[in-house]
Amino acid sequence: MTTLTAKDKQTVKAFWAKVSGKSEDIGADAVARMLVVYPQTKIYFSHWPDQSPNSPAARKHGITVMMGVGDAVTKIDDLKEGLKELSQLHAFTLRVDPGNFKILSHNILVVMAVMFPTDFTPEVHVSLDKFLAAVSLALSEKYR
Amino acid sequence: MPENSVSADLQTGSDKMVEWTDFERDTIKDIFSRIEYDVVGPAALARCLVVYPWTQRYFGGFGNLYNAAAIKGNPMVSKHGTTIMHSLDRAVKNLDDIENTYTELSVLHSEKLHVDPDNFKLLADCLTIVVAAQLGKEFTGEVQAAFQKFLAVVVSSLGRQYH
Repeated sequence: MTTLTAKDKQTVKAFWAKVSGKSEDIGADAVARMLVVYPQTKIYFSHWPDQSPNSPAARKHGITVMMGVGDAVTKIDDLKEGLKELSQLHAFTLRVDPGNFKILSHNILVVMAVMFPTDFTPEVHVSLDKFLAAVSLALSEKYR
Repeated sequence: MPENSVSADLQTGSDKMVEWTDFERDTIKDIFSRIEYDVVGPAALARCLVVYPWTQRYFGGFGNLYNAAAIKGNPMVSKHGTTIMHSLDRAVKNLDDIENTYTELSVLHSEKLHVDPDNFKLLADCLTIVVAAQLGKEFTGEVQAAFQKFLAVVVSSLGRQYH
């Protein structure tokens, strides 16, 4: 389900080049939406003094996540190898249930639609959806 | 939860009413009063057929679905997309009884059209994306939550008569 074609990779890289300048805002908005629309995800952030969606901690986390996504774009030809350490982090330290990767991916797509309505065409949507699924799979690699 | 979708699964047993806050009611009605059914519907259905191409299995009689451009320009896709929006309109007007409002539609999709109910969630996700693009910054997290809750109730009601 997640094999990226050459066209997918080209589409993702081209779209990322257009939007990466706003990567901090994208990440912050995606995490904020996740916390509001899927409140069960807040359990991973019980250590934040302020768990509100627009808190500095939430924004910082959104920035971190999106930096990871941007890094994954550069490693698009071998995500399993490229995201090895991040997978170890998520598997052994963070222990995020992988179902949540899908939730965050969905919210990243919603933010793309909000911020880039003309560029986020169905063709870009399908390639980006596949890419985020491939990233999620690579992040899940070390879980068991 | 099916592999491809993140719309919430809702258990709406016949003895449990869905409860809507005033914010949710107002938000849902507001969204539907602002979007153009014959723009959003076709765009959402076309997007679904492109992003989840296996959904094309239900539209064998629709002619050319060969690529994204063909799907977007297909008049039968557009017409059906608009039809879907008018059906959703009925749910908006009957927020407190979506389940009964959709009994016949559920039977139709199950007995006649044989649509895998997991596919309703895929279309719901595409509709969320299209509405987000239309409303832009006004599609806040809170608005998104209300809209996705509405779609989850619709999806659950559509799946109710399958057996």
